[in-house]
Amino acid sequence: MTDTTRPTADATEAQPSLLSRFLRDTEIDTRLLGMAGALVLIWVGFHFYGAIFKGFGAFLTPRNLWNLSVQTSSIGIMATGMVLVIISRNIDLSVGSLLGVCAVMMGMVQVYWLPQLVGLGNPMIWVITGIIGMVMGAFIGAFQGWLIAYREIPSFIVTLGGLLVWRGCAFLMNRGETISPLDENFTLIGGGPYGAIGATGSWIVGLLGCAFILWGLWNGRKQRIAFHFPLRPVWAEMFLAVLGCGLVIGAVLLVNSYEWPIGIVRQYAAAKGLTTDPANLHISYGFAIPVLILVVVAILMNILMTRTRFGRYVFAIGGNPEAAALSGIKTKWMTVKIFALMGFLTGLSAIVASARLNSATNALGELDELFVIAAAVIGGTSLAGGIGTIFGAILGALVMQSLQTGMVLIGVDAAMQKVVVGAVLVLAVWLDILYRRKTK
Amino acid sequence: MAQNTATPLVEMRNISISFGGIKAVDHVSVDLHPGEVVGLLGHNGAGKSTLIKCLSGAYHADQGEIFINGEKVDIRSPIDARSHNIETIYQTLALADNLDAASNLFLGRELVTRSGFVDDARMEAETRKIMHRLNPNFQKFNVPVSALSGGQRQSVAIARAVYFNAKILIMDEPTAALGPQETEMVAELIQELKKEGLGIFLIDHDIHSVMKLCDRASVMKNGQLIGTVDVKKVTDEDILGMIILGKPPAQAA
Ligand SMILES: Nc1ncnc2c1ncn2[C@@H]1O[C@H](COP(=O)(O)OP(=O)(O)O)[C@@H](O)[C@H]1O
Ligand SMILES: [Mg+2]
Repeated sequence: MTDTTRPTADATEAQPSLLSRFLRDTEIDTRLLGMAGALVLIWVGFHFYGAIFKGFGAFLTPRNLWNLSVQTSSIGIMATGMVLVIISRNIDLSVGSLLGVCAVMMGMVQVYWLPQLVGLGNPMIWVITGIIGMVMGAFIGAFQGWLIAYREIPSFIVTLGGLLVWRGCAFLMNRGETISPLDENFTLIGGGPYGAIGATGSWIVGLLGCAFILWGLWNGRKQRIAFHFPLRPVWAEMFLAVLGCGLVIGAVLLVNSYEWPIGIVRQYAAAKGLTTDPANLHISYGFAIPVLILVVVAILMNILMTRTRFGRYVFAIGGNPEAAALSGIKTKWMTVKIFALMGFLTGLSAIVASARLNSATNALGELDELFVIAAAVIGGTSLAGGIGTIFGAILGALVMQSLQTGMVLIGVDAAMQKVVVGAVLVLAVWLDILYRRKTK
Repeated sequence: MAQNTATPLVEMRNISISFGGIKAVDHVSVDLHPGEVVGLLGHNGAGKSTLIKCLSGAYHADQGEIFINGEKVDIRSPIDARSHNIETIYQTLALADNLDAASNLFLGRELVTRSGFVDDARMEAETRKIMHRLNPNFQKFNVPVSALSGGQRQSVAIARAVYFNAKILIMDEPTAALGPQETEMVAELIQELKKEGLGIFLIDHDIHSVMKLCDRASVMKNGQLIGTVDVKKVTDEDILGMIILGKPPAQAA
């Protein structure tokens, strides 16, 4: 097949630099690339800081990176929803409190109520509990969205009120008492040795991921040929395939190289009645369940935003709400749906967060709203509305969490952590403004 | 004229609408025939935009009736208007700046694949086709429309109306943001669409272009209709007098 690369219209202009030609041909988004670069810098920086000044680089270890992936999940799930909220020119300050109230509700359901109804340890407990949490989140979100859209109260105010109201409710519901431990099946969703899919499972997931990437590239090329659109050069397609699959396989190798600690292995061997010496049993963690949840959420949300009418309308509302309405888009109803979705994802995030701690407290998710908003904004979501990507927000969440984790590892004290995180947020937005001005 | 005895394409009868006590449109009646361009003139705030928004579904008139091809219709939303083949090019360009030309052209009416996903490739292909016809120089298909010039943006807005087979086209100051060359392009387009039998309501501040492009002109002042004249039978001064003094000319059409 002959390769119809894009016409060299700029033959008269100076040859573009190698790098810009590379970026143009692969169609890699420069800002995503910049964020990935920043992330690598943070990781390497913390690692070598630790190696040089503390005598041990703890950052780039399977253990730390695996934990980082789990810690990013809860914020990352909510950040994908926050992207929609911010793109449509709104804000949601209530997600942290909403997470708290959903977690307490689910704690009560699975510890106080359901065991009496269906019996302790019933495998349906975690399912029913999870559904209740997500539905509750969606309803509260929809209610806030209704106030914003149909009662025309600014989202800043509605959700600022929500921040106080839902946190208060979380306390009142169980008089501030911590509910722990949670249902055993439920806690698997939070990760931990048993809440991960192991080496074989991870390979299956990884190979599926690679197949998905290859299929996507192939399908995209087929579409472009069908409509006679300019094609990427074959080498660029190859490069993207190798890069994508390489990242996926690298992730599999990483999570598989993190093995269960000996104590857990002993416990496991005893429970299974294994006769092998636990010291010779090497059991990999593999991908943690909350990370897989985040990946699935990210893929679905990305499809929602780029391939469905709903997503198109979210962007349109952010770009020009009046034009959206005149085009026949029901902008108010859209707002309700966007906030309901945000609430649903917050409920899901509440499952992950409380399962990870194996407890539900009214303080769960405090300050999460700021991390979630920061993740979305660092990930390139414009507060002016109309612009943002799901994958950017997840990278943003990873950046925030990496900073946090890295500072803990090298022993920065809590007060200083706050100073750094706050400063990074402002810096990131400023860089973003500069970037947009330059590419305009 | 022969065409004026036939059933009008659009007839707006006794339309009134007020906002908080201000009568923005006060018992106005206008009509439009196929292949006709009717100009709407008047000072800023005369109520021109508000009147046509009652036809495009952005507002719902407090009083009055709208007939399409002689049949009474109730237009309550932009979707209703579209179902009667009414397309509107708004004064403030109703484009979402952050989306590309194809997404804007199909906004609210996206083409979807069999599995229900938006079919960006097909929409871009269709957009390339229609833009090739309307504005062959147009090349910026893969950038947000914020990167386009006023004329290019306007051609996207017009393409939207043409693509969906408008029978009734409303243009609210379509050339207000354009340079002379681009204005000329829009004028040519209006003449072409007129030949194809569309009825066009054209709101424009420039009396000369109204005299050139329109068959009839309706003049409004303070929400009221001053009168409708046949542009071939009046002079610029007659129309200016109607706009400024609010008096119909000696010989009403
Ligand atoms: N949505 C609205 N709310 C309140 N007043 C309005 C609204 N739309 C139009 N008006 C008023 O109606 C009058 C007519 O405005 P408009 O139709 O925009 O005039 P024109 O298009 O002729 O310049 C103005 O006084 C304007 O302030
Ligand atoms: Mg106007």
